Amino acid sequence: MIETPLATAEAKQSEATATAGPDPVPIVLRVNGRHHTLRVEPRMTLAEALRGPLGLTGTKIACNRGACSACTVWLDDLTICACMMLAIDVGKRSVTTIEGLATGDTLHPVQSAFIEHDALQCGFCTPGMVMSCAALLEHNSSPTPADVNTAISGHICRCGSYPHAVVATLAAAEARKV
Amino acid sequence: MAADPTVRTERLPYGIAGVDLGEIERQIPVDEPAALPPNAVLSVIGKSIPRQNGRDKVTGATRFTVDVVLPGMLHGRILRSPLPHAEIRRIDSAAAEQYPGVEAIIPLVTPGDPSTAMVRYIGAPVVAIAATSMAAAEAALHLIRVDYKSLAFVVDLDKAREPTAPALYDSASIPKGHVSGFPAAADLPLNGNVRGPATDSRGDPEEGFKQADVVVEGEFRTQVQTHCCLEPHAIVADWRVGGLTVYISTQFTAGVRRELAEAFDLPLSRVRVIVDGMGGGFGSKSSLGNYGHIAVALSRQARAPVRIVLNRQEEQMDAGNRPGTYQRLSIGARRNGLLTAISLVSYGTAGVTVGAGIGNVAQAMYACPNYQAAQHDVFINAGPGCAMRGPGNTPGAWAMEQAIDELAEQLSLDPLGLRDQIDLSPARREERRIGAERINWQRRHAPGADSGPIKRGLGVAQSLWGANVHTNCACEVRIMRDGSVEVLSGVQDIGTGIGTVMAQVVAEVLGLGIDRITVRIGDTEFPAGPPSYGSRTTASITPAARTAAVRVLQLLLREAALVLNAGPDDLVAREGRIFVRDDPRRAMTFAEAAGRLHTDQVSAVASRSDDYGGFRRRMGDAAIARQDLGGVQFAEVAVDTETGIIRVERVVAVQDCGRPMNPLLIESQIQGGVLMGLSYALFEERILDQHTGRMVNPNLEQYKLAGPREMPAIDVVVLENYQGRSATDAYGIAEPASIATAPAIANAVYNAIGVRLRSLPMTPATVLAALGKVPSWSSPT
Repeated sequence: MIETPLATAEAKQSEATATAGPDPVPIVLRVNGRHHTLRVEPRMTLAEALRGPLGLTGTKIACNRGACSACTVWLDDLTICACMMLAIDVGKRSVTTIEGLATGDTLHPVQSAFIEHDALQCGFCTPGMVMSCAALLEHNSSPTPADVNTAISGHICRCGSYPHAVVATLAAAEARKV
Repeated sequence: MAADPTVRTERLPYGIAGVDLGEIERQIPVDEPAALPPNAVLSVIGKSIPRQNGRDKVTGATRFTVDVVLPGMLHGRILRSPLPHAEIRRIDSAAAEQYPGVEAIIPLVTPGDPSTAMVRYIGAPVVAIAATSMAAAEAALHLIRVDYKSLAFVVDLDKAREPTAPALYDSASIPKGHVSGFPAAADLPLNGNVRGPATDSRGDPEEGFKQADVVVEGEFRTQVQTHCCLEPHAIVADWRVGGLTVYISTQFTAGVRRELAEAFDLPLSRVRVIVDGMGGGFGSKSSLGNYGHIAVALSRQARAPVRIVLNRQEEQMDAGNRPGTYQRLSIGARRNGLLTAISLVSYGTAGVTVGAGIGNVAQAMYACPNYQAAQHDVFINAGPGCAMRGPGNTPGAWAMEQAIDELAEQLSLDPLGLRDQIDLSPARREERRIGAERINWQRRHAPGADSGPIKRGLGVAQSLWGANVHTNCACEVRIMRDGSVEVLSGVQDIGTGIGTVMAQVVAEVLGLGIDRITVRIGDTEFPAGPPSYGSRTTASITPAARTAAVRVLQLLLREAALVLNAGPDDLVAREGRIFVRDDPRRAMTFAEAAGRLHTDQVSAVASRSDDYGGFRRRMGDAAIARQDLGGVQFAEVAVDTETGIIRVERVVAVQDCGRPMNPLLIESQIQGGVLMGLSYALFEERILDQHTGRMVNPNLEQYKLAGPREMPAIDVVVLENYQGRSATDAYGIAEPASIATAPAIANAVYNAIGVRLRSLPMTPATVLAALGKVPSWSSPT
């Protein structure tokens, strides 16, 4: 995304107004530490904005109605279904997607543990599940298996990778302590 | 007698590791690789190695079909029938054509033509649109006016069988030769909505039942289950003058290419099919599908790439399902447990299509001299069924394995002891022994023996699955001048990690670490790959990969031999080195040898040979090995007799798949199979409204799937069951891992509460009804 002064000014104005649309409106999305200025229709969800104009296709849409959690991202430090939030409602909060979880080439411990313990099969639900498990460790550094189960209880994995996801997340918690 | 110059004698590992592992002598083609020793003495094959594409999957870098964006790409949408049965009299798309952004409109039915103007289920495709945005396509869709003449319909299996039920087809319009579920016999009679029976028999069943001391009879039902792949069915079709390129979420790149070439009259050489990440199929992405045909037709008309991604509702209504069944099963046995006769009558429905047979569990799992089956397809006004993980055998095992459990009780035999008498499979005998030990079977009490409202029970069931092989498949292995290695095949990774398994095979042959091997798959530009269905992928492609690796290594050893002053046959490739077998100090690194190559790369291609000793049966490119695959699963449940809730606390799954190639990945698949089986047992059901024909739960929340909270402890054991049948002796695991779960849970529930549940899913309502605590649930009339 190219940020022009005009677009940025437009976006600031848009953030200040109460109503938007139906035509595309300019917004600024803070994603993975970068500011993206873009014009979106008010009906566009955050998931669509991430996958479309921002090209961050790691966030997956599988049910598009908040039933499967495949599109899980972080909004500040909360996990949300990106298909259930409009892009224009994000405001100034920071979005973290699966593409923003690793630090450079160094994977997040949950990502490494998912590989090592094979906590994935087809991999379509994996980005969302990784985001939920990583968020769990942000809030709880010593989770029990039941804690992990609760953290992923909104996720649907048709391949059935839950058992390995629990093992992997517990291993990641241990790895972070070293 | 002169020796046949095309074959040689080879001694191959044979038997179950830890039980009776020995060797078997077989005649094999001279150009086959030497026998692969048992896993215990190998360095890469048989080891738990994390999948190579794991990093891409956990970082979101994997490109699934839904992530493919091409320049100028249009968005396709399909107008679908809102009625379960109607004749289309007129389609007016004039307004839609004028809508800004619309680039192509294709009617999919021809009003007035009786052969295409009929729609027979809600969600049947009627008109397709391609537009510059999804929103424009959606808006234009609403401008199309269709004049439907509504017709009487039926969506219930039992009602569809009644003589007065509205008929979907007549002898002219009945689907012909289309096999969408379990293979359906051709040329069967049609009577109302009932097609069949397809019959099968051996011995004299009538006499067999006369000889029986005990006969158990039962009626069993299974529901319609939908695949619920997390990645929807998706395609991007790019029709160009020079040829057609299709990105599609498919289980079979080579098959889709053939379908496209045929349907659009193109030479195979001008059709390319690509799938990189593949978000689950479970049988529903085995072929091109109606949406695939539609996307290509739209692309051809619009002269631009067209993307179609089904939404979740479309997934649930028109992307396939596991047929529902009604089964009547009788088994006769002597007092000592030996079976005298089995009789099976089934009525299944794959909606508007055929293929609802229930497989070969009743026919082939147990020794029984007399057998008869009569299976029927029943048409209803619902979306077409298709293969789903363990098609046929999964509903078949639901009935058979409960009936065997019941027989054991009537004969006062332990269910394991009875099976020891009537099941001839040495693998399953060992699996029963291991599983019984793991779950501590001897503590199993009499049915309903627990006092108090929560009652626990143990149950066991078995699975049977043919060891499928696809011989039309090949693999290329290249050694680069820098010592790196490429493995190429059209085979696709639907989540099993087949690419990693191929890398293991090649690494083992070349004596390299797996990191040196780059696998490129999922593209018809490479040698033809096998399908990823029928639990046949590993069995099919790994022998080809090993043979190709052995052949390309010969080319490298020829170069190394010149330097090491030895014959190529005297050289060994191991741990990144090439050395003389009898004098390991005369050595060079693999990379040094590769540096001697005259060209940037050398390459060898090999295809899948027939199993050593031949196949049991061959059907074109597909074949069934002489041995079966199977498994034995034990379940421990707690049933709350006040709420009716069944909690599965533990499952022990003991499975076999020939030579296990990667225990970590196999464990993942078995856990997934158990969870899908548990979900089938307790939760899943496509519910159709009898009055409108509409699916009332076409989503992922009211269509209930087992999730992490329903997950039992799953204990996985995999036999090493060598058969000496191919260059790797590896077979599949996905389907046999799921077939036994539901009946194992049902048998455990019986053991817990003393009442047998014969209908799926086993919901709290059915449990309470079985216990007589609430009135029995029946379909509204």
